[in-house]
Amino acid sequence: MIIGLWIALGVIVVVVLWLVGTYNGLVTFRNEVKNAWAQIDVQLKRRHDLIPNLVETARGYMQHERGTFEAVTQARAAAQAARSSAGGAPSPESVKAEQALSSALGRFNLVVENYPELKANQNFLALQEELASTENKIGFARQFYNDQVMQYNTRIQSVPANVVAGMFHFAPMDLFELKAEAEREAPQVKF
Amino acid sequence: MWEQIRANQRRSVMLITAIAAILLALGYVIGLYVEPQSGPRFGLVAAVAVLLVLWTVAVVGGDDILLGSANAREIQKPDAAQLFNIVEEMTIASGLPKTPRVYIVDTDAPNAFSVGTPEKSVVAVTSGLLMHLNRDELQGVIGHEIGHIRNQDTRFMTLAGIMIGAIILISYGFSRITFYSGAGQRRSSSRGSGNAQAIIFIVAILLAILAPIVAQLFYFACSRRREYMADASSAAFTRYPEGLASALEKIERSAGLMTGVNRAVAPMYVVNPLEATGPSGLFSTHPPTADRVRILRSMAGAGLGAYEKAYSNAQGAGLLGGATLSQAAEVQVRPPSAGTEKAPLQKARAAVDLLHQANGFLFVPCACGVKIKVPPSFAGQTIRCPRCGAEDAVPPPAT
Repeated sequence: MIIGLWIALGVIVVVVLWLVGTYNGLVTFRNEVKNAWAQIDVQLKRRHDLIPNLVETARGYMQHERGTFEAVTQARAAAQAARSSAGGAPSPESVKAEQALSSALGRFNLVVENYPELKANQNFLALQEELASTENKIGFARQFYNDQVMQYNTRIQSVPANVVAGMFHFAPMDLFELKAEAEREAPQVKF
Repeated sequence: MWEQIRANQRRSVMLITAIAAILLALGYVIGLYVEPQSGPRFGLVAAVAVLLVLWTVAVVGGDDILLGSANAREIQKPDAAQLFNIVEEMTIASGLPKTPRVYIVDTDAPNAFSVGTPEKSVVAVTSGLLMHLNRDELQGVIGHEIGHIRNQDTRFMTLAGIMIGAIILISYGFSRITFYSGAGQRRSSSRGSGNAQAIIFIVAILLAILAPIVAQLFYFACSRRREYMADASSAAFTRYPEGLASALEKIERSAGLMTGVNRAVAPMYVVNPLEATGPSGLFSTHPPTADRVRILRSMAGAGLGAYEKAYSNAQGAGLLGGATLSQAAEVQVRPPSAGTEKAPLQKARAAVDLLHQANGFLFVPCACGVKIKVPPSFAGQTIRCPRCGAEDAVPPPAT
C-alpha cells in the first residue's frame, strides 16, 4: 500500500516535470518565432530609410526621369504608412505595399542601366550595394521566419507536445507567404 | 538539424576524452620510463596539470591563439561593406544570436575559416578570397563558415586542436630525448630486470610515435562529416548551391599556393591548404573537393532534403537524420544575383586597401588625385607624392 503511494507520487512528479519542461520549451520557441518576425521588420524599416538617399544621389544625373523618381517615392510613402498602421505585425496591406515598393525599385534599377556616369559614381554604387543587401536580408529574414514557423507548427502538432499546446492555447502561426502575381508582373520600361 | 548537432556534440566530447586519455597515458608511460617506482604517478599528475593548463588556455584565449597563428587582422565594416553585408545576411539566414567579427589573412590564395561559439564567433577570410570570388560565391563560402559556427563544430575543434598540438610537442620532445640520451643509459633503479626496462622503453617509444597519429585520426573522423553538414547548411541558407560549388572549385585550384600555413590552423580552412594537392584518405580533414562539388551540383532543390538525396546518391549512406528531414521545407533554388560585378583589378585594389587598413596604414590624399598609403611609422612626417612630386603632410599619430 505504502509502496503504491510512493510510486503514484513519483509518476505525478515526473508528469508535472514533463509538463513544465514542454510548456517552457514551447514558450521559448514561440518567442523565438516572434523575434524572427521582428527581424523582418527591422530590415523593412532599413530599406525605407535608405531610399531617400538613393533618390537624391541619382537625381543629379537623371534629370529627365521624374516619373521614375515619383513612382519610387510614392511607393515608399505608401509602404511606410502601411507599416506604421499595421503596428509591427504583418497585415495584407503592408505586405502588398512592400511588394509594390520592390517592383518600383526594380523599375528604377532598369532605368539606371542607361546612365553609365551614374553607375560609375562611388556613392551611388555603395548605396546600391546597401539596398541590394537589405533586399537580401529581407529575403533571408523571411526565409528564417518561415523555417521557424514550420518547426514550431510541427512541434505543437506532434504527439506528446500537442497535449500541452492544447491546454495552454498555443495556436499555429502563419507562414509569410508572398502572393505570386505581383512577382510575376514584368516591369514595363516606357520610352 | 538539432539531433545531428547534438550527436556531433557527443562525438566532440568523446573525441576530447580520447585525446585527454592519450595525454594521460603518455604522461604515465614517460614517468614509468624515467623512474619506474614513483615515475608513473608523477607523470600522471604532470599530465593532468598540462591538461588543466591547456583547457584554461583554450577556453580563455583559444580563438585568439588560432587567429594569431594564422596572422589574421580584424577589419571593420566601413572598410569592407560588401563582405560585412554578406556576413550579416548569413547571420540572419542562420539565426545566429550575434554577428561574427571579421578578420582578414594576407595571402593570395582564396580560403576562409571560422572559430568560436554562436555567442562569440569570428569569420576569417583571405585577401585572395576577396580578389577572386564574386558575390554569390562569397556568400556560399561565408554561409559554409557560419554553418560551422551554428552547428557548434568550432567550439570543440579549437580545444581538440590545441590538445593535439600539445601531444605532438610532448611526443616529439620525448622521442628526441630518448634518441639522444641513448637507449641503455638510464638512472638505475633497483627494481625491474633489464627485460622489463626494455619493454617499458619500447612501449614508451611506441606510444610517443603513435599518440599523435591516433589523436589526429579521431580528429579527422569527426571533421569530414561536419564539412558535408556545413555544405548542406550553406546551401539551405543561401538557396543557391552553385555559389558554394564554384567557390570550392576556385579555392581548390589555388589553395596549394598558400605559404607558411600553421599546421594547427590548416584543418579549419574551407579546403585544407596542406592537402590540396594530394589524394584524400584516412588522414584528410576534409572530404575530396570534387565530391563536395558534385553533390552540390546534383541537388534538385536547395533544402536539406535535396542535399541528403544528392549525398546518398553519391556516397551511398545517409547524412542527416529522419527528424531533421521531416521538418525541413522543400525549397527552390533562387536565380543567381544580378548586379554590377567589380572588375578584377578593382577587386584586387579593394582587397589590398583592406589589408592596409587592417595593418594600421594611413591614407594620405594628394592634390593630384593619388591616395598614398603610408606605414604608421610615418605619422607626423612629410612625404613626397610619387606622381606629382608635391609635398604632403602625414597626419600626426592619434593620441
